[in-house]
Amino acid sequence: MENNNVMISVKDLKKDFENVQVLKGIDIDINKGDVVCVIGASGSGKSTFLRCLNMLEVPTGGSIFFEGADLTSDKVDLNLHRQKMGMVFQQFNLFPHMTILDNLTCAPVMLKKLTKTEAEAKAMDLLERVGLADRAKDYPNQLSGGQKQRVAIVRALCMDPEVMLFDEPTSALDPEMVGEVLDVMKTLAQKGMTMVVVTHEMGFAREVSNRVLFLDDGVIAEEGTPEEVFGNPKCERLQSFLAKVL
Amino acid sequence: MNWFDKLSETFLTDDRYMWLVDGLVVTMKITLGALVIGVLIGTLIAITKYFCEGNKKLRFLNWLCDLYTTVIRGIPMTVLLLVFFFAIFASARDGTPVAVVAFGINSGAYMAELIRSGINAVDKGQMEAARSLGLSKGQAMVKIILPQAIKYILPAIGNECIALLKETSVAGYVAVVDVTKAATNIRNKTGDAINPIILLALVYLVIVVVMTRLLAILERRLGKSDGK
Repeated sequence: MENNNVMISVKDLKKDFENVQVLKGIDIDINKGDVVCVIGASGSGKSTFLRCLNMLEVPTGGSIFFEGADLTSDKVDLNLHRQKMGMVFQQFNLFPHMTILDNLTCAPVMLKKLTKTEAEAKAMDLLERVGLADRAKDYPNQLSGGQKQRVAIVRALCMDPEVMLFDEPTSALDPEMVGEVLDVMKTLAQKGMTMVVVTHEMGFAREVSNRVLFLDDGVIAEEGTPEEVFGNPKCERLQSFLAKVL
Repeated sequence: MNWFDKLSETFLTDDRYMWLVDGLVVTMKITLGALVIGVLIGTLIAITKYFCEGNKKLRFLNWLCDLYTTVIRGIPMTVLLLVFFFAIFASARDGTPVAVVAFGINSGAYMAELIRSGINAVDKGQMEAARSLGLSKGQAMVKIILPQAIKYILPAIGNECIALLKETSVAGYVAVVDVTKAATNIRNKTGDAINPIILLALVYLVIVVVMTRLLAILERRLGKSDGK
């Protein structure tokens, strides 16, 4: 089944840590424009799966094709492909020794994607859109958690990525700040950005995504549209998981 | 003879205090020279070891770094100095450059560990975030990790620097007239066994206090640039 819209193709992905098998063979195609939410209990391997997609974790077996190139191959220029895969972390990971503006412009300027002036104009434009233009000269530790995460999203966007990977982007936030981050992500999804989101926010998954993956014990135990997964869960593990979180 | 006359005879006759001043210049030369070499070697080793981690092709390089640290840390400084002067640079006539190299190589082993632990103290997420943006490991190291690691490294390097200054007092073993050797020379010349030693101790103490102060100022500056 060939599909020209496939952006990321994961084939029999396996990952061991020491003696623990975290991913036991995952196969999935992610299409252009997909908003895929990955749900599952902690320890089910969902974060590991996401971190394998841009090779922050090196898989033990299987392959990951991104726009046709096998990222697990030694011959591929990983840095070049990573420029097209934005990532947002649970702990934000902003660079504390740089101002917000420098956080946003450092990668595009260093990697010669944009000149300093272009990068700053782009960064200010994106900051404006998430309502943080007035904080450009501040340092990350002067911002609240929600603001930091919005900046982190903008930092990834400044590289003009083809796909955005979110690793539990709201899990480290105070409850009142979750909304502001989800709103930014929702806008992004509506603009057609391809997104893979590991999340515990079932409301977001249900409302924004077009596909939901339920990971359990290192495999995709169930996959479908949000209506199918949340409305009519087939496997027992998913039923009991949903009963606990909803 | 009262104490002041004694002091004056010991230090002022023949301008003997100048022996100490000249010695102090040599001590500072050795300390600063060794510090520069030590920081360079230390940084090189720390970064090499960082890149070797998890890379099987660089195993030999990693082993080489470990060998260096083990050998240097296993040999007392005085013995190392003698080895350098009498074995490795046996043809050297002036001991000072040999001392600079020996102290520098010794210091490098300790610096490497300090710098490495400073690099490791930076949150792992920083490297991941940098790599996820497409920066190479080297770019991330220079632009993201090292600027943050310096905050952890600098106080430790300050301490190492103080230890280094005091260690150089054994330089006299290889015919270098540092400030300690100069004090000994004054004792031998004048027969005054006590005062040169007391003054020598004070000289070291004052330098260490000044160094500590400078370091505190520098640390405060670094804290500021962090936006804290």
